[in-house]
Amino acid sequence: MLSIQNLHASIEDKEILRGLTLDVKAGEVHAIMGPNGSGKSTLSYVLAGKDDYEVTAGSASLDGQDLFALEPDERAAAGLFLAFQYPLEIPGVATMTFLKTALNAQRRARGEAELPTPAFIKLVREKADGLGISTDMLKRGLNVGFSGGEKKRNEVLQMALLEPKLCVLDETDSGLDIDALKVVAEGVNALRAQDRSFVVITHYQRLLDHIRPDVVHVMSKGRIVRTGGPELAHELEARGYADYISDEAA
Amino acid sequence: MNAEVRPIRTAAETGLIDAFERARSAQAGGEAARAIREEAFSGVVARGLPNRRVEEWKYTDLRALMREAQPIAEGATEADVSAARSLLPLQEVDALRLVFVNGAFAELLSAIDAPQGVTITPFAHALQSDARAALTLAGAPQGDAAVALNTAFVTSGVTITVAAGTKVARPIHIANVQTGPGHAAYGRVLVTIGEGAEATLIESFSGDSGGHQVNSTVGLTLGDDSKATLIKLQDEGFGTLHLATLAATLGARAELKTVALTAGAAASRQQIYLGFKGAKATADLTGAGFAGARRHLDTTLVVEHDAVGCTSRETFKTALDGEARSVFQGKIVVRPGAQKTDGKMMAKALLLSEGAEADAKPELEIFADDVVCGHGATVGALDDELLFYLMSRGLPKVEAEALLVQAFVGEVLESIEIEPLREALVARSERWLVARD
Ligand SMILES: Nc1ncnc2c1ncn2[C@@H]1O[C@H](COP(=O)(O)OP(=O)(O)OP(=O)(O)O)[C@@H](O)[C@H]1O
Ligand SMILES: [Mg+2]
Repeated sequence: MLSIQNLHASIEDKEILRGLTLDVKAGEVHAIMGPNGSGKSTLSYVLAGKDDYEVTAGSASLDGQDLFALEPDERAAAGLFLAFQYPLEIPGVATMTFLKTALNAQRRARGEAELPTPAFIKLVREKADGLGISTDMLKRGLNVGFSGGEKKRNEVLQMALLEPKLCVLDETDSGLDIDALKVVAEGVNALRAQDRSFVVITHYQRLLDHIRPDVVHVMSKGRIVRTGGPELAHELEARGYADYISDEAA
Repeated sequence: MNAEVRPIRTAAETGLIDAFERARSAQAGGEAARAIREEAFSGVVARGLPNRRVEEWKYTDLRALMREAQPIAEGATEADVSAARSLLPLQEVDALRLVFVNGAFAELLSAIDAPQGVTITPFAHALQSDARAALTLAGAPQGDAAVALNTAFVTSGVTITVAAGTKVARPIHIANVQTGPGHAAYGRVLVTIGEGAEATLIESFSGDSGGHQVNSTVGLTLGDDSKATLIKLQDEGFGTLHLATLAATLGARAELKTVALTAGAAASRQQIYLGFKGAKATADLTGAGFAGARRHLDTTLVVEHDAVGCTSRETFKTALDGEARSVFQGKIVVRPGAQKTDGKMMAKALLLSEGAEADAKPELEIFADDVVCGHGATVGALDDELLFYLMSRGLPKVEAEALLVQAFVGEVLESIEIEPLREALVARSERWLVARD
């Protein structure tokens, strides 16, 4: 599904990703953990196509399609979704309008007909209900006045609507209270499917109790430095990243 | 004219002189009118069309923009009127409607069943009965080139009087449509809203792509405790030069709200001169403008606080693409004694291309000490972070930009209370966001 080979990327001439390789098969959930500043968000932005970053070497493909040859909207249409670590507020753009524009843009890009408004509204209400997002929130400006947790839930709502092939969740658990974490995890789990993969970036084992990963990676200084099963997350929770940071420094 | 040294005239200036020579004998209004027109026109002739060296026209060089003087429109033929039907916007808005095609009143397209308390008469009547009142645009600088040319040439238009206490439910739509070979059309609308009366006026300007020259003046007098809303759609064809002047005076506790959507014309300039004459009146002047290609869009306003405790808000937003250019000149003047004035002016321009340019010149002139006044102007591009966020959800760049521009101008158009009117103007802005012309 997702194949990243020897990826190098920099921002303002500072190399952040330094030879990252990652393979995610269809239906798998991969967790990426790692210290602050190791480049996890950078990886997610580079995949999504934020143009502040320069890819200096390596490749990334989604179902064989070269991601770096596509604009961000084309990547989305190809099935990539990034749940932002810090979702942005857009005053004046009603959440509902935004969702409709996004969904229809993707449908058009895939050659599907636009969804009629009543069907769309029904669909959004259904998904929003499941995530505890009120009708009032949908009427407000996108993420405007949303609490931190509400913004994260809104990211998951977008993901649920757009039904991507590959979901990258960048610290979707941060800022969520315990109940919200469960709601969001359930939302994610409901999307798990044979032909859908997840890359879950998190600092906490807690999320992985709810979203069971198949593979856990440790990222440090722009590379995957260790890969293991779910037990690796427990080990990290207990021991921290000290080993990896000193390894790198040595 | 005698043989003293004259500046070299442009083709447009020569053309205007010829046109005035030809027009003057036939113009209505008698001797009094003739003298006023003569005076106004000779001022323009003496100064020439304003150019960059004239402070008020510094960014809108009329001499350069007006290559030639188009012939004065000679009314509308049956064919013109029928062509105008499809060029007439806002037909879905329930309104009293006065349609002018090529400057001439087109009864066939109009609906003027004026309700109780509303008097609508042709401008020609006003000329006959009191030429001085009809030809003096109270509150505007009479020597301003756009105003003076209008005074010299105007013969068509309408006078609307809303009697004291009358609350007019339906809006009054004054539509100006230009069609056929390039021509000049001058119009004047004089509106008096009586004490405690309320009315909504809609002005629209539209037309084919011919090289028309439209010069419109609106005089608006609001009595004490009256309320008026003026909504303007400027959607002229892209060959047109559009000059418009609004002069408004407000009595005590009067409330004026204006909303303008500017989406047409090769070059346009909207002048607003607003004077507070009675205490505690409020004015909310707003505008949204769109220009692409090499179009030019000028908003020039002077808000004069000459009474105690008045509030004014000016909010103008412009989105530019291509090599379009916008100009905002706004001045709030607070006269001595106009204490407790509350004035805030904001002009924001959004540049969607490298080649677009926006100039803003906000000014405050304050001669009273107990006032709260502020102004601001911003010129910038769309936020890249927001664009990326939207694109990452599958919105192609132009759609992401359109959504952000809609949000940017939203507060201006969303404030229109008449739903079909609001929807029509929003739809027009959406069309611009697709065409970016
Ligand atoms: N615009 C920028 N200019 C310079 N350095 C940057 C910029 N953006 C990110 N960086 C640097 O890149 C490195 C990686 O940042 P990134 O946000 O990818 O880390 P992260 O692993 O997501 O951290 P966290 O766990 O705190 O979210 C950091 O050292 C950060 O300071
Ligand atoms: Mg991060």
